[in-house]
Amino acid sequence: MDVSHDTLVALAKSWGLFYLIAFAVAVVIYAYRPANRARFNAAKKDILEQDDRPWR
Amino acid sequence: MVAQLTSSERQYCAITLILMVIVGVAMAALGKSDPLGVHGVIVIVYSGVLLYLVLSAFYGPEPQEDRQASYYDDPIKVGIALSMVWAVFGMFMGVWVASQLAWPNLAFDAAWSTFGRLRPTHTTGVIFGFGGNALIATSFHVVQRTSRARLAGQISPWFVLFGFNLFCLLAVSGYLIGVTQSKEYAEAEWYADLWLVIVWVAYFILYIRTLARRKEPHIYVANWYYLAFILVVAVLHIVNNLAIPVSWGHAKSYTIWAGVQDAMVQWWYGHNAVAFFLTSGFLGMLYYYLPVRAGRPIFSYRLSILSFWGITFFYIWVGSHHLHYTALPHWVQNLGMTFSVMLLVPSWASAGNALLTLNGAWHKVRDDATLRFMFVAAVFYGLATFEGSFLAIRPVNSLSHYTDWTIGHVHAGALGWVALITFGSIYTLVPALWKRPAMYSATLVEVHFWLALAGTLIYVFAMWNSGIIQGLMWRTYTEDGTLTYSFVDTLVAMYPYYIARAFGGLLFLLGAIVACYNIWMTARGAPAVAVVGDGPAQSDAAPAPAE
Repeated sequence: MDVSHDTLVALAKSWGLFYLIAFAVAVVIYAYRPANRARFNAAKKDILEQDDRPWR
Repeated sequence: MVAQLTSSERQYCAITLILMVIVGVAMAALGKSDPLGVHGVIVIVYSGVLLYLVLSAFYGPEPQEDRQASYYDDPIKVGIALSMVWAVFGMFMGVWVASQLAWPNLAFDAAWSTFGRLRPTHTTGVIFGFGGNALIATSFHVVQRTSRARLAGQISPWFVLFGFNLFCLLAVSGYLIGVTQSKEYAEAEWYADLWLVIVWVAYFILYIRTLARRKEPHIYVANWYYLAFILVVAVLHIVNNLAIPVSWGHAKSYTIWAGVQDAMVQWWYGHNAVAFFLTSGFLGMLYYYLPVRAGRPIFSYRLSILSFWGITFFYIWVGSHHLHYTALPHWVQNLGMTFSVMLLVPSWASAGNALLTLNGAWHKVRDDATLRFMFVAAVFYGLATFEGSFLAIRPVNSLSHYTDWTIGHVHAGALGWVALITFGSIYTLVPALWKRPAMYSATLVEVHFWLALAGTLIYVFAMWNSGIIQGLMWRTYTEDGTLTYSFVDTLVAMYPYYIARAFGGLLFLLGAIVACYNIWMTARGAPAVAVVGDGPAQSDAAPAPAE
């Protein structure tokens, strides 16, 4: 397989831009989805609990 | 160590170590008088010593307690100890090579002690030895606590830890006898690289399996950072080190990459070593130990997710900023420059998230040197990432590149951010691991903090001055269009800064030695004064028991 330099540049300038934007949108949706709020709040508070044993 | 293993696990350990001895014998036989043969002997001795430790406890009583009822902390303790040993070694080598630049006679006219051979022992010692062991140890701690599950293996944590240290040992000993691939931060030769791949895959599997055992439904964000560190470093390491050895009996190999592709692959690796070795994993530490020490949840969990994906997806493209004004195509340089500038957004989001977590706990930052380590680390993280984005802009780079400014930038990150967050994490972790109420001496933590901060500031300011003077002298022309200053003129101008830099590094090294003593005394069971909450010990006068 031989990819020419021009093909690579074209790919980087088109697909490269769009997949990053699409990915950014997906991450923002995940982070701000109201359904995830409780899960995130629990996660950040749970690490402060001091019990030092694995849960069974 | 061995006492926690069942007899069948001890057998697996012994078999693995015997296989490693056989590999060492094969290396020694194939390599003969080549450096590969020397490394074969090192592998035999290293594996042999571990085999002796296993066999000497082989018929001891088996563990009776339910191991699943507790976390697996032994490998973490050993990892912290190894990390501190490498810290002292790596920082000592740093002070030595820094002093050689001021006083060249300190090379003592021997081949092994020249600047070119000693310098990679410093970088490998501090990045992989100190940083790597600290990352492995803290990742084992964080993944267990945040998953509420024990590590998914009895032997594999030891394999990862000792296997990784064997890699570091082969790398550092190789440099002294002249073995190098001449690739920045990837100097170790092909056989050591192959070994690291095996170790790293075992690390990845162990981490994933532990996460799969988790009782906590959500995977805490610190684990994402550690996992990015493990996964991406594996990819970077494999691609950059693709090479063909001269023969099976030879340490020397040649990279499969040619010309400018080689340069691009090297700096794609090199900058992502900064990103995924020296940033991602240490952000994992930050997101766990800073909230725990401050007793406050992270300011914004959502922001930590956004900055995670931002850092991960921007960093991977920035390596080409190391190759401005070279044969690398202009658009690739532009790509690296643009992503470097964009990277400031998620970087400052992380630094800001850390600082805002402390908002409301400033009295703790004032009173507790451990928390202050992490606070200053977050400040230096913000500073170094701003400087990095700035230096990546091509016209700025034309002044800074090849000068000491780069060295100053790297150390603002390595000393100010990476080392300080590590010490803060270790001071949080050590009392918890050895079940002590606090570190042996809060005063010594305080002493370490000020030594480290003073050392970092002296170092960084010396290199900023030196680098900018150097860059300006290199581009000063006479009316006739010739260079005003010869290269030796620039060396004379840099001389006082080289002395200052070596002094700053020495202060930092002294701080690390103080930390070793404090950790040792804490582990040895000096009766620390009972302290409630997160504050430092109110009294540190408690003497250690005589042993």
